[in-house]
This record gives sequence, structure tokens and C-alpha cells, in this order.
Amino acid sequence: MTTYQEFIQQNEDRDGVRCSWNLWPSSRLEATRLVVPVSCLFTPLKERPDLPPVHYEPVLCSRANCKAVLNPLCQVDFRAKIWACNFCFQRNPFPPSYAGISEVNQPAELMPQFSTIEYIVQRGPPTPLIFLYVVDTCLEEEDLQALRESLQMSLSLLPPNALVGLITFGRMIQVHELSCEGIAKSYVFRGTKELTPKQIQEMLGLMKPGVSGPHGQPLAPHDAAASCRFLQPVQKVDMNLTDLLGELQRDPWPVPQGKRPLRSTGIALSIAVGLLEGTFPNTGARVMLFTGGPPTQGPGMVVGDELKTPIRSWHDIQKDNARHLKKATKYYEALANRAAVNGHSIDIYACALDQTGLLEMKCLSNLTGYVGHIVMGDSFNTSLFKQTFQRVFSKDYNGEFRMAFGGILEIKTSRELKVSGAIGPCVSLNSKGSCVSENELGVGGTCQWKICSLSPSTTLALYFEVVNQHNAPIPQGGRGAIQFVTQYQHSNMQKRIRVTTIARNWADAQSQIQHIEASFDQEAAAVLMARLGVFRAESEEGPDVLRWLDRQLIRLFMFHLRRSPFLQVFNNSPDESSYYRHHFVCQDLTQSLIMIQPILYSYSFYGPPEPVLLDSSSILPDRILLMDTFFQLVIYHGETISQWRKARYQDMAEYENFKQLLQAPLDDAQEILQTRFPMPRYIDTEHGGSQARFLLSKVNPSQTHNNLYAWGQESGAPILTDDVSLQVFMDHLKKLAVSSSA
Amino acid sequence: MNVNQQPHMASPYGQPQSGYQGYQQTGYGNQHVPGGYPTPYAPYNGPASTYQPGPPQGYSPYASFSSKALATNLVSDLSSPSPLDLGMRGPPTSGPPPVSGTQAYSQFGQGDTQNGPPPMAALPSVSQQYTHGTMQLSGPQSSFNQPFGAPPTSMQQMTNQMSGMQIGSTVPSPAGPGYAPPTVSQASASAAYTPSAPSSFAPSSAVHSQPLPPDSVAQTAPQPFYGAPPTPPQPFPGAAPPFSAAGPAQPPAPPLGSQQSFSQAHPPSQPQFTSAPPPVSTASYGGPPPTTQASHPRAPPLTSQPSTFSGGPPPTSSPSQYPQPMPQQPPVSQPNPFHSGPPQPTTAAGFPPQGGPPLRVPHPGVQGPPMTSQGPPTSQTNHVAPPQPGMLPGPPPVNMAGPPAQPSMQGYPPQQNGAFGQVRGPQPGYVGQYPGQQSYVAQPPAQAPAPAPKRLDPDSIPSPQASDIPPVQKTRHRIDPDAIPSPIQVIEDDKLNKGNEPFVTGVRGQVPPLVTTKFQVKDQGNASPRFIRCTAYNMPCTSDMAKQSQVPLAAVIKPLATLPLDENGPYIVDHGESGPIRCNRCKAYMCPYMQFIEGGRRFQCGFCSCVTEVPPHYFQHLDHTGKRVDCYDRPELSMGSYEFLATVDYCKNNKIPQPPAFIFLIDVSYNAVKNGMVAIVCQELKTLLDYLPRENPNVASNIRVGFVTYNKVLHFYNVKASLAQPQMMVVSDVADMFVPLLDGFLVNVAESRVVIESLLDQIPDMFADTRETETVFGPVIQAGLEALKAADCAGKLFVFHSSLPIAEAPGKLKNREDKKLVGTDKEKSLFQAQVSFYSNLAKECVAQGCCVDLFLFPNQYVDVATLGVVPTSTGGSIYKYTYFQGQADQERFLNDLRKDVQKQMGFDAVMRVRTSTGIRPTDFFGSFYMSNTTDVELAGLDCDKTVTVEFKHDDKLSEETGALMQCAVLYTSCSGQRRLRVHNMAVNCCTQLADLYRNCETDTIINYFAKYAYRGVLNNPTKNVRDSLINQCAQILACYRKNCASPSSAGQLILPECMKLLPVYLNCVLKSDILHPGADISLDDRAYLRQLVSAMDVAESHAFFYPRLLPVHKLNVEGNALPVAVRDSEERLSKGGVYLLETGLNLFLWVGANAQQELLQNIFGAPAFSQIDPNMTSLPILDNPYSKRLREIIESFRAQRSRYMKLMVVKQEDKLELIFKHFLVEDKNNSGGASYVDFLCHMHKEIRQLLS
Repeated sequence: MTTYQEFIQQNEDRDGVRCSWNLWPSSRLEATRLVVPVSCLFTPLKERPDLPPVHYEPVLCSRANCKAVLNPLCQVDFRAKIWACNFCFQRNPFPPSYAGISEVNQPAELMPQFSTIEYIVQRGPPTPLIFLYVVDTCLEEEDLQALRESLQMSLSLLPPNALVGLITFGRMIQVHELSCEGIAKSYVFRGTKELTPKQIQEMLGLMKPGVSGPHGQPLAPHDAAASCRFLQPVQKVDMNLTDLLGELQRDPWPVPQGKRPLRSTGIALSIAVGLLEGTFPNTGARVMLFTGGPPTQGPGMVVGDELKTPIRSWHDIQKDNARHLKKATKYYEALANRAAVNGHSIDIYACALDQTGLLEMKCLSNLTGYVGHIVMGDSFNTSLFKQTFQRVFSKDYNGEFRMAFGGILEIKTSRELKVSGAIGPCVSLNSKGSCVSENELGVGGTCQWKICSLSPSTTLALYFEVVNQHNAPIPQGGRGAIQFVTQYQHSNMQKRIRVTTIARNWADAQSQIQHIEASFDQEAAAVLMARLGVFRAESEEGPDVLRWLDRQLIRLFMFHLRRSPFLQVFNNSPDESSYYRHHFVCQDLTQSLIMIQPILYSYSFYGPPEPVLLDSSSILPDRILLMDTFFQLVIYHGETISQWRKARYQDMAEYENFKQLLQAPLDDAQEILQTRFPMPRYIDTEHGGSQARFLLSKVNPSQTHNNLYAWGQESGAPILTDDVSLQVFMDHLKKLAVSSSA
Repeated sequence: MNVNQQPHMASPYGQPQSGYQGYQQTGYGNQHVPGGYPTPYAPYNGPASTYQPGPPQGYSPYASFSSKALATNLVSDLSSPSPLDLGMRGPPTSGPPPVSGTQAYSQFGQGDTQNGPPPMAALPSVSQQYTHGTMQLSGPQSSFNQPFGAPPTSMQQMTNQMSGMQIGSTVPSPAGPGYAPPTVSQASASAAYTPSAPSSFAPSSAVHSQPLPPDSVAQTAPQPFYGAPPTPPQPFPGAAPPFSAAGPAQPPAPPLGSQQSFSQAHPPSQPQFTSAPPPVSTASYGGPPPTTQASHPRAPPLTSQPSTFSGGPPPTSSPSQYPQPMPQQPPVSQPNPFHSGPPQPTTAAGFPPQGGPPLRVPHPGVQGPPMTSQGPPTSQTNHVAPPQPGMLPGPPPVNMAGPPAQPSMQGYPPQQNGAFGQVRGPQPGYVGQYPGQQSYVAQPPAQAPAPAPKRLDPDSIPSPQASDIPPVQKTRHRIDPDAIPSPIQVIEDDKLNKGNEPFVTGVRGQVPPLVTTKFQVKDQGNASPRFIRCTAYNMPCTSDMAKQSQVPLAAVIKPLATLPLDENGPYIVDHGESGPIRCNRCKAYMCPYMQFIEGGRRFQCGFCSCVTEVPPHYFQHLDHTGKRVDCYDRPELSMGSYEFLATVDYCKNNKIPQPPAFIFLIDVSYNAVKNGMVAIVCQELKTLLDYLPRENPNVASNIRVGFVTYNKVLHFYNVKASLAQPQMMVVSDVADMFVPLLDGFLVNVAESRVVIESLLDQIPDMFADTRETETVFGPVIQAGLEALKAADCAGKLFVFHSSLPIAEAPGKLKNREDKKLVGTDKEKSLFQAQVSFYSNLAKECVAQGCCVDLFLFPNQYVDVATLGVVPTSTGGSIYKYTYFQGQADQERFLNDLRKDVQKQMGFDAVMRVRTSTGIRPTDFFGSFYMSNTTDVELAGLDCDKTVTVEFKHDDKLSEETGALMQCAVLYTSCSGQRRLRVHNMAVNCCTQLADLYRNCETDTIINYFAKYAYRGVLNNPTKNVRDSLINQCAQILACYRKNCASPSSAGQLILPECMKLLPVYLNCVLKSDILHPGADISLDDRAYLRQLVSAMDVAESHAFFYPRLLPVHKLNVEGNALPVAVRDSEERLSKGGVYLLETGLNLFLWVGANAQQELLQNIFGAPAFSQIDPNMTSLPILDNPYSKRLREIIESFRAQRSRYMKLMVVKQEDKLELIFKHFLVEDKNNSGGASYVDFLCHMHKEIRQLLS
């Protein structure tokens, strides 16, 4: 028997699933005592180069409220050509096409190694991918120029048959018609007036005059596609669009002194959503918002145009001083829901020095998908944005985009188990099935979620509840099973269904507690709990969440989680917090762990690079440190190294080794940069550098100005903070753990 | 002549004139002085004299009334003496010169008008007038002074004097026909005045007074006399008899009466002459006097005749008289006098010296005597003669006997009678001027006989020719259309009488030539009739009188009227940073009516009498006449019309305005594309944009342009110069219109030419396949409005629209065409807007200075009544091309468009009319918006837009001061300059109804009536409107009959000379499509015409209601003259003729079935009647003089009108003839409109009812 670690790794590689417990307590009571719920991290589209999709429809259980997919856990009677559903125990005949089935001639879905299998199905005509650029023109010329170039570049990365559209906005919103020749046409909307989807469609001429569907329904996608001049195949309008982008001007309306430019982001997005809604409902589409500042007018405005009124801060929010916050949030939530319903995702690329209203708009991306969703940078004219944006269009080993659209995740469970909810970039489809728990954790109350946009790393946290009563023991060797059915549109326009079925043994907590303990996946649990924490942090007061977390469980990494920007808002703007949290709930386990506890590598002449404690004691003069916090990549040169470097020893032949030492972290960083999305902020700093703060704020403050001399002089750099160090934290924990009040 | 005149008159008037030129050449007066006169006069008075006369006259007459008493005395003393002195001395020394002068004049004769002299002449005349006036006023005080004083006392007197003066000038006429014209004018004027004179004790006093200067009245009377005598008399001694006969009007009695009257008249005149001549004239023109006298006598008769005998029959009408004289040698001279009245006076001035002197002379008495003595005889003769001339040419010899025969002549008398009142009536026989004299003479016997005939003649609908007792005849016999007043005759007479001499505006209360007469205007203190025309130039002093007469008191103002090339536009005055000088209380702008007092440190407002400090920078010393010495250097002190540069205080938001913008909004829906409109507009705009209005022709226009197309959504275009291609921005949110772009929408044509052309090339293609049939309209205007708002400027929208806006949007309309409502009480709703949206929108437009011009291309009902709300409220125009067909209608549309785009206009204008205390403007008609009761707000004001203002009394007016009005228009010029255009107008006031009736202008009254009625139909049933019009008209005429005409049988219809066409024109108004729609006229057309008329000026309304019908087969290929028009009646059409009919909106070429083949060949190149293509829209270009001439005429007609007239060829008996016949307004029309004759009878009946 392999170790749990191997088992876990194997399962993750095969199914993209990491469970908090790999043995499940067999009764509800026992489960609740475990504190960490039965739960898992699921990566629906985990890249499986070794998994060829099959070109037929999955076989479904015939019970109307089950419809589970045939899987390796099902019992099969090859002679009778009958299979029993392992969820509802319904006995189903195989379809005629399975007539040739036998024990030696099994379909792939029955083989154990295909616990995850992907079907390619024919569902309606293939619809092309849709990319709708929503571009803010209230930018500095330099920024706009950079953005123009990025957008033009992106055209070459799109599949030729993908549909593109362009909406620009400033004080007004322009929807550009792309198919026209000669005169460039655009439809213009004012940025202050909220329009119903129907009005938008009418105004864009998307409805045939007098012919609106039975209930004002938009036209069928077919007709719309034919008549929609706003979304055109890239190959057809490439030149037009390039010219159009080239001529893109800054918003011409004068911005008086002391005012912010009027930016109608809210309406622009509602038009984008309305446009897609009217033309391509239920089709994979991606609205990409590029904005350089906060929405300042119309619905969804985040701040007024008076510069003297600063954009809301956490302080304002806590004091309930954020005038527009609730209204705007509500507005964007409504938009996000509409988009989600139609399977459209919204990405936000916000590049500005000040906040841009991500706090309010985050739901757009949170609810509608992953991938590019939110990217935050200082300017469009930075490599951070440029490369991130470029990476949106990166391709996988098959030369296909690492993106999928219109995903629907459905979960089926054994009857002892019910699903409590999901945390991640998804919206509930409100599908009440027999496996839905009454206790909600995260987005619950449903067994289906919509994930408008998926990437191979999109990861959901799913929480379950064991409903088996204590007095109804499960027979020995019984297994609980969970089936994940993910339908989505692949970037090559195919409709696919991926089915993952997992099973874990039940264990009696009283008799087999050691086994259960052994099956605990610390990392997964940490991330799962962190997600819960973040989810709560989004909706509850910060300190309460911390207290809850402290009460819930105490583990090493929790120390860092407590200090992380996911829970701490100090020193972070609301936008930044939203940004960090958004990514936290989307990324897979590894990345999530990095986010919680940044990785610190140390480079020195004394040996190969080594991970070191994220502690101030690791900051030594003769080391180079590389810290990866997911969002930042910091290379820190110790004091001595820094001096050497300034003395330019690396340029001297006799110090070739120094040069190599300097180069080593750079190479490693580059490697990380290559794979990371979004691009982390890359920081190259040194002892005493202003940017060293990124490092100093993360390390465990084992040495502070308070205890500097308590530790030997030999190492470390003092951190100027009042935060408790890990040591203090642990001491305190221990005390609490043994005290009676615990 | 001129020279002479100048010198004499020069000083006084010369300066005013100089004022004209003065702007350019301050030293005009000086020039005069240097001229021939200077020397002669100089010695005497020298420059001072010149000034003195000028100022006193100029001021005293106009503004300085309050101080008149004193001022006049002083002034008169100073000025009058000086002139007198001058004259006195002048004559002797210059004695010879005068003569020569006269000769010179004679030589110059007609030329004078054109030459500088005329102005001079005008001046002189004025001076004379003034002198007279003063004479009268001061009469008691000093003979000389009195004369001056007189003018102030009453305009009439003034005018009388003027006339007299003119006559004097005319006197010369005898010498040279050229002068005659002046006499004519004088005559007319004098006629008017005479009446007033008569009112006073004239007769007795006149006789007595004449000898004795003391009596102002007498003096005045005499003057008229003089005036009268000079004019016609001499020339037409022979004619005189007829005149007298005419005067008497009545045949049998006439002879006697006339003789008597004449004799009487003569006597008075003689006395006057005697008295008058002796004093001034003798002195001045020792030698000349006689001649002048002679001339005077002549003039009077003429004048009197004309005025008195507006009499229906041509002969009766003064013009006719003149014409008659014309035939004779004198006639010409006479007519001239009349026409040029004022202007010529100036020319006459040359004479005037002579003539003038005579007038003055009377006072001088001393010297006068000789003159008088001389004069009298002449005058007597003159008188005798004049009457005859006046009477009628033909008759003259016959006169005695003739009178009966010539009822028409008699007709004239009645007028006189009317003017004078019944008592005077008899005297009137002599003619206005004479009448006065006559009246003074008060020859009862003569009167009795005379009146009847006169009445008969003038109005006699019945038996026009039948001398007596027409009424009975009328009723019993079929009325001869030739016997009733003929518009053509009146028009022709006016042309003859007033068309040859410039109209000088220096004299208060002059009736200008008719709009149909071509004349030149010289601004000497009152606005040109091209800017302002009044219904009455002699307003009743009290509201009771006004109510009694029912004559509407209104002014038709066309503030930015285009002037002919030979007239200078208003000068621009810059008063610097502090802005125009204004009265502290009523805020009237500095004008000639402001009286400077206290050495020039303060001025008294002529409107409200408030005294205001003169700002230091504006201070100027007064000369000894109380006139500022820089008077003629400053347009605002010497002109009727001028412009001030406005300061920033006069700008919206206290910001210097941006240059205005033109925005073209083009309907690109299916209909508009299909009928070719879109392509045509786009094609035309490419070239038209080079001709945007500009002030300096050498500089590119400052006006920016923008383009929008629309159907049910709007497409804005970015045509920024830096773009390679225009960009279209579609705004579909029509419910809440906004402008999608700022930069690049409004551009400079020169900079963005390439992009604009590219756009205009592409628009037709882009929408060639459109299937969109729905349009919006409200949002279109909103879009333009918003664009102007965004650009923070005023401007004009050109909307090219095709169909009823039924698309869902603000201002959406539904088809409410329902012809069944016509004739019901609900008919008014058809003229009202369907929704209130547009009136609110209009309000916003006006606030922004956004003028909207609407070009309609409908195929069906578009609800013009509603769509027109915004254009008509913003000073815009509506053009309508029903069933527009690209090829056929292109020319008309394009010409309209070109004119509309190119015409000069002002933006964001506010007009305010201020009047002297006693009356106030109460109602305004036209295309504008009013947010309060005084300010007329015009988002745009172009050179064709007219505002009719009605005045009502709120107090008494004084005869001395007359009634002043000042129309100030604040606007932004096409270059973005903020300016104030000021028009000043002074009219006389009267206490006698007769004076009122003698100084009316029927065309203007009709203009007012039409606008009044056309607005009335908005709120009242059409029938009520018609009835009230008829009623008011009947009251006017009945009042005249009751108070002004001499007693006669109730059966007689007696019309005032000035209003003898009122019935025929009124009938045309009543028959118009608005008030009496035919079955075939669409509701849209009615609404369209209604809105059109509301902004028409008098010339256009005249043609609109009484179309011009030219018998082109009588065309004289050689000369420039047009054939005399014929009356609009089918009876007048000859089967063998070809007629051109012009309505101001349409041109018809009617071809008689029997037209000569050669004619047809020449015109159409068609060999036969049957081969003429009735669908042709323009005449073929044939190389024969006839065709050429005809086409020239058509072109010239088109050039005269603000809208291009499409030519329709109508063949007799063709189906199109129905339309044509609709315009033969004297006939019954097929929708039941009454014929002229019938209506006249109806009118008569109404009047009789009122009288009984």
C-alpha cells in the first residue's frame, strides 16, 4: 500500500481532486467533530494530456432524479447487459450501442483508470468563441497607446473564426460596427442612463422591427449572428479592427481641473452584456474590460468625478461612508448574474495607480469565470499587463486555448453524503437535487453551478456533509462516492463533458480514528479552510472571521493566513483585497498554498538554493532571497551581496561565480513568471531598498525592534512591526490549547 | 439745381445728408458750402448758417419737443432767421444764382435724384419744412420763428410746409420737368397736410393770416398753398381748369365750384403767397420768386389732387392725374414732384431756394410782398391751373364741362373732403393742399357741389363714370369692373409718382412709395421703409380716435432687410467699452430723437423724456442751434438705422459668443432616398459650403458645420480634419437625445474639406438600400440643439425631412388628417400642434439660439402644423416640396437651399420695440418666441424675416412730438460679433381723423390683417375670423365715411384714397386658402401657408394676396420696362395673349389658346399651341430677343423673392388652368370666394349698416 501522500498525489494527478479527509467518518456526528468538514478541492479541467476524449455520449442512469454517468464504480452484469448505478442503485440496461460489451471488451468509462473521462458530444451547431473588448478611453495617451498595441497584438492570437467586438467608453459608450466599409460606424450611448436589455438590443438594431419574440425574447442566436454587425470573425475584420484600434482616440470630452474623467464603465458593461445576451445567449463568450480608473458616472459609479472626494477606503467602508458602494455592488452583481446565466464571462483588466472599483466589480469576474478575470496593474504600459494579457491567449499542448466556456458543474453523491456548497468562481444554478444539503457552506443550496469560463487551473472548493446517522452504520468496506459532471464548451468549439467519479472509504470514527487522522490532507484542508475564511471575510467583519478561524483550527500555516491580505485589509485598498481574494478562490491547491505561505528560497555561495523559513532570520547579508507570494516575485539581495553588486564584481572575470550567483534567482524567477497567470509583480530589490518592504511584510517577525537583541547578532534583519511573531503566536496557542476554556 | 439747393437747404439738411456720407466724409456739409452755394451763402451766413439751419431743423422737428417751446423759439429765432436771412440775402446777392440754380436743376432735373444734390435737396426741403414749422409755431412770435415753430406743432403742418417747400422746389420744375417730380411728392404730402391746416381756421385765418404772419395756421395754410401752387399750376394752366373741375369733382357744380374753389383757393394761396413770398422768398429769391411761386401753385394742385382724389377710377386717382399731366409737358414735372416729394424737395431744394424762399418769404413779409405779389398772381393762376391738372389731363380743357364727365376727378375731391372733414370737403376739391386752402377759404358753395362728385368718383363702385349719384346706379346696374378701384392703376400711379426720385426719410410721417414701386431710399433720420413700414404714418393722438377709426396701428419690421446695392447698409457704431449710450429710464438707445441740453452735458430722451447725463467720452459741444456739432459724424445722431457694437454685457452669460454653427440634418429613410433628396442635398452641399455667410467676402466664413443623418436613429459624423475617413456615430437612444461627440462634429469647412467631401460622397451610397421607412423628428432637433449647447454657440439647423415622424420617440406624431373638420368649430385644431412637445423644445432652442429651418419632402400628410412649431418659433423657415421628384423639383429646392444657406442672418437675437409715451407695442406677429410681453426672441433672424408689431394707446400722443418708435435688435453676426441694430421711426400724430385716413398704407394694413387673422384661426373658428375682419374693415371705412367724407347720399360708397384698395385686398385675404380653403388644398398646405405668411414682409404679402399678372405678349423687347400688369381677373385675359403670373411662391405662364404662332415660337420654340409641353418647368433657351427678355424677367422676378418660384406652364383649357385660376383673385373662385365686385357691394352694405 502506498502512503497517503502518494495516494493523494495520484488522485490529484488523475482526477484533480484533493480531499481534506481521505477516509470519511461514517456518521454525521463524527464528521462534525472533525472540525474540518469533508470537502475537496476540485479542478474540473485539470490538464490531462494522457486522457484522450471519447467521441460519444455518456451513458446515464435512467432514474430521472439521478442521471449519474456510468463509471468504473458501477456494477455491471455483462451478460444481462445491465449496470447498476452506484449512487441510486438503479439498474439500467446498456444502450444498444453497447451490445458488444463484455468483460474483456469494456468501454473506457468502466475502466478504473478512467475515473475521469471526457466525452465529446454533439449539441447543436458549434458556436465560435466570442471576445468582446470593452475599452476605456479615459487614459493617458501613453497608456492608451500601450493598450492599443496590446489589443492589436491580441487579434493575431485569436482563432481566425473567433468573433470579436469592440466597445469603447468614456463619457459615452461607443459600440463599434466592424463590418462596414468606408465610414467607420459606431453606436453611441450615453453613460448615465440605464437601459434594459431589450432597449439595448433595439437600439443596436438587433431586433427586427416589430418582431420581438413572444415575450420580448431576443432573436434566436442564428438570426442575430447573421445580422449582428458588432461581432465579426477576426479573419474578416482584422484590418478594419486594426485600423479602428489605431484610430482610437482619448475621450475627447474635456476634463476640468480637479475632476476625474467621466467614465461610464457601468453602462458600457451593461451594453456589452446586453449585446451578447441578445445575440449569443448560452454561448461561450468573454467580455474583456480594460479600464484605467474607477467608474465615475451613471449606474455602477464608484466615486464621483470630484477629485477632492477620494475613492472609498476600508476605513470608509467600515464607517459606512462609502456612498456608492452598495448601489454599485448591487448593480454589478445583477449584471454578473445576467452574464452568468448566458454563460458569458467578464474579465477585468484594471490598470491604474489608484483604485478602479474592483471591490464593486469583482463579482463580475468572481461569478462568471476564471482566467483573466481580474488583472490589476499600475498601467497598461507595463510588462505586467502586457504579458498577462498575452498569456490569456496562451495555448496548451494541443495548440488550443487554455480556456473553456459555459461550464456547468454538477455533483452527485452517494446517499450518505450531501453537498453543502462550493466556493470558487461559480454561480448557483439553483438546482435542488436529492444530494443537496440544507447546511450551506459557500454557494450552496444547489447541486449545479455555472462556471462561465474555465481554465485548466480553475479550482473549486466543494464542501460536503455526511448525513448518515450514527445509528445506521455503514457496512464495512462501504465507500462513499462523488461524481463531478462538467459540461463545457472547449476552446475548439466542441461541446464536452468531463466526468470524474471518486470514492473514499467510510471509517468509523470511534474505532478507526487513527486511520482517519492519517488520511488527513493538511494542505488541502488548509486551503479549504482558507477559502471558507475568505468567503466569510467577503461577507462579514474582518475580526469576526479571524476569531472564527482561530476557533476552528490552528495550524502552522494559519499564522500566515492570518497575516495574509486575504484576511487582513490593513495596508490594502479594498480593490487590492478584492483582487487577492479573487485569485485565492480560483487557483489550485499549489498556488493557493503559495498565496497563504509564500515560498522563500535562499541563494548563497554555501550551497545550492534552499528553501528557508519565511522568517526574518532568513534575511542575511550574504544571501540572495527569492520570495514568491504568487502576486509578487521578489528578489532580495542581502546587504553584502548588494554592495558587491554595486561594486560591479559580477562584471569581473575573476568573480564569475558571483555573476552566476546573481543570475541563479533570476533564472528561477523567470521560470515562475513563465507559468504564472496572472503575471506576478516582479521586484528586484536589495537590502535597504524601498521595495524590500514586500519581503519584510511577509516574513515572520521573529526579530523586531522589540526583541532585536534577544536573539544573537549573527543573523536576520529586524522587522519593524507590532505583529506577534510565530513564536509568540505558538506560545499563545499552546497555552490556549491546554487551558480549560478551550 | 442741386448746387443751389444744397447751399440753401444744404446747411440744414445737407448735414443730415452729410451724415450719410458724413460717416465717410464728415465734411459733407462743408463740401456743400464750398460748392456753388457756399460762396453765395457763405458771405451771408457762412458756415454757421449752414449749421444752424441744420441742427435746429433736424432736432426741433424730431426730438426736441419738450423743450420745443423754448428751444423752438430760440432755435427758430436763430435758425429761422438765419435761413431766412440767408435766403433773404442770398436771393439778392445770389439772386442770379438761384435762377441759374433753377436752371441747373431743370437741367439736372431727374438727374438730381441720383446725384449728390438730391440729398442736398432733401435737406433743403427739410429745412424748409422746418422753417415752415417754426413759422407756424412761432407764428405769433415772429414770422420767421413761427414758421419754425410750426413744424413742431404738428407733423402735418410740417409736412404741409414741406410739401409747400417741395412745391417750391417743384416750382423750378416748371422750368425743368425734372423738378416736377418733387412737386408731386410734395403734392401728396401737402395734401395730407392741408387737411390739417384746414382744420384750423384756415380759411378765414388763412386769408387773413396770410397777409399776417402771426397766425401760424394761416401761415401753414399759406405754405401749403404755396406748395400747391408751385407744383402743377403753372405747367398745367390748361390742366388747371380740369383740375378745378375735378376738385369740385362734380360736373355741373364743379365748374362753378371748382372755379370758386379755385378762386378761393387762389385767394388764400395768394394771400399766403403774398405774405409768404414777400418775407422769405422774395428776399432770398428776388428774381426767382415768381417762378417759384408759379411752381408752388402748380405743386399744390397736384398734391392736393393726388391726395384728395385717391378716387377709385384711375383718372381720379392722383397718379392718374399725374400721368395725365405727364402727357402734357407739365405732367411729367408734376409727377416727379409728387414722387420725389421729400427727396426731390432736396433736389427741389435747389429750387427750393427759390421755392423755399417763397415760403419763407411770406413771413418776411417785407420782402415778401414783391414776391407775394408776384406769387399771388402766379399762384392764382397756378391754382387754377393746378386743379385742372389735378383733375385730369384729358379733362383740363374740358374741365369746366369736363368735371361732370370726369367723375373720377370728382372722386378726388371727395378724398379731400374726407380728409378735411365734411366741411372742408368742398374745399378739398382743390386738392389736399388746396383743400386745406380751400377749406380755409371755406367756400361752402363749392364744397357742396364738389363733395358729391368727389365721393362718387373715388369710391363709386356704382357708376364710376357716371358722375353723380353712383350709389343708386351701383345697386341697380351691373357694376363695371373698370369703375371700381384698380390695384393696377394704383400701383402704376405710385410708380409714376414716386418711383423716380429717392425717398428721403428725413421727414416725419411721410408715406413711402408702395412696395411695388422701385425707389431709392436715403436715410436721414428715419428708418428706410425697407426696414419699417407702418400702417399709418399719422397716428391718432388718442385711443378714442384710434378705436373710432379701427385702423390698425402697426409696423411691419424687417430688421435685417437686404438693401439694394445703391443703398448703404446701416453704419456700425462703436461706443467703446462702456457700450451704447442709452436713456437711463427707458433704455432707449442713442438716436436722432435724443435732445441734447445744457450745453451738451445731458440729453433728454425722446421716448420717455427722462434726462440722462452724457458720459464724458461722448460729450460734444452744441452749436448755436442746440445741435451737437458732431451730429453728422455720428450715425446714431443723424440716421434712422445703424448698428452698435455690443459689449460683453450684451452677451449671453457675459461671454463673448462663439462663431455660430450650421448643422445639416438629413433624413435618410426610404422615402428621402428614393425621391432623390438625399443625393441632391449631399451633392449640393459640397459646393454650397464654400458660400457660408460671412461679413468680409475676402475672409473664409467663421461658421462651423456639422452633419447628421437620421431615420429612426440618428447618425452623427465625425469629420475632424485629422481623420482619413469620416466616422459615423449612431445614437439610437432617441428617447433621451445627446450628442455623442464633441471634437470633430462641428468643423471648419476649409480644414475638413476632404473629410466632408468624402462623407457627402458616401452618404447616398450608405443608405441607398435602406428599407427603413420610419423617422423621428423631435430627437433630430434635440440633437442639433444639444450639439450647439455642447459647442456653446448659437446656430442654425437645416433639417431635410420626408415623412410623418411615427417612430417611437419624443415628438412622435400620429396621422390626424381629417378634412371633415374643415368648416367646423374644430377646424382650429388643424392649425394647432398635435403635441406640446415641440413648443417646449422650441423654447429650449430659443434659449440656446438654435434656429431651425425645415425642408419638407412629403409624399403624404406630415402634419406641418406640428412640425412647423419649432421653425416658426425660432425664426426659421419652412420649405415644402410636396411629391418631390429629384429631376423636376431639384432646381427650386436647390435655389431655395442656396439662398437659405447664404443669406445674411443674425443669431440668438432679441428684438425690443420702444415707443414714445402714449403708445406701446402690444402684439407681435412673426416667427419668434416671446417669454415675456416685450422681448421678441429670435434664435435666428435672417434678412427675409419680418415682425409685425401692433401698437395700442395707453395715453395721449401729441401732435408736436409725433409718435416715435425704436426697434433695437441685439444679435450675433455670422462672424460671431455681438451687435445691436437700431431702427428709428417717427410718424406724425393727428387729432383729425382725416389726417389719419390720408396717411395710411393699405398694403401694410393688409399685411397686418392677414397675420392677425392667420393667428386668429388657431383659436377661433375660421368663420369668426373672417367676420371680424370684414367687420373691422367696414368700421374703418364707415368711420371715414362718417367723419371725413362730405355728406352725400347714403347710397354712395366713399373710400379714402389711401384705402381704396382695402376691399379688394381684404377680399383676397378672405379668399386665401387659410381662411377659405378650397376642396383640393391639403391640410398641410394650409398650415404651411399660414406659417409662411406670418413672417412675410409687405412686398411678399402683397404679391401673395394680389398676384402680379403680366401680359407678356405685350412685352417690349427693346426697353427695360415691363408691360403694365393687368388685374387678376379672367376677363382681362385675352385668348391671344400669354400671361405671366407671379404670387411670390409660384410662377405661371398662361398661354391663350389663340396665341400667335410667332409668339409661341419665340417663347417655346413650339410651332403650335397644341405642341407646348405643359410639364415643362423652365422655358427653353431660344436665341431670340423675346425669349431672352422673357427669361430675364422671370429671373428678375425670382431674384426679388426670398423663395424660388417654380414655373408652371398653363395652357388655356388645360386641367392645370384650375390652379391658375385660383390666383385670379378678382374673380369668384370655385370654392365660393366672392368676386371683387361682389365683395365691394357686400362691403358697401356693411358700411351702410354701420352708418345707419
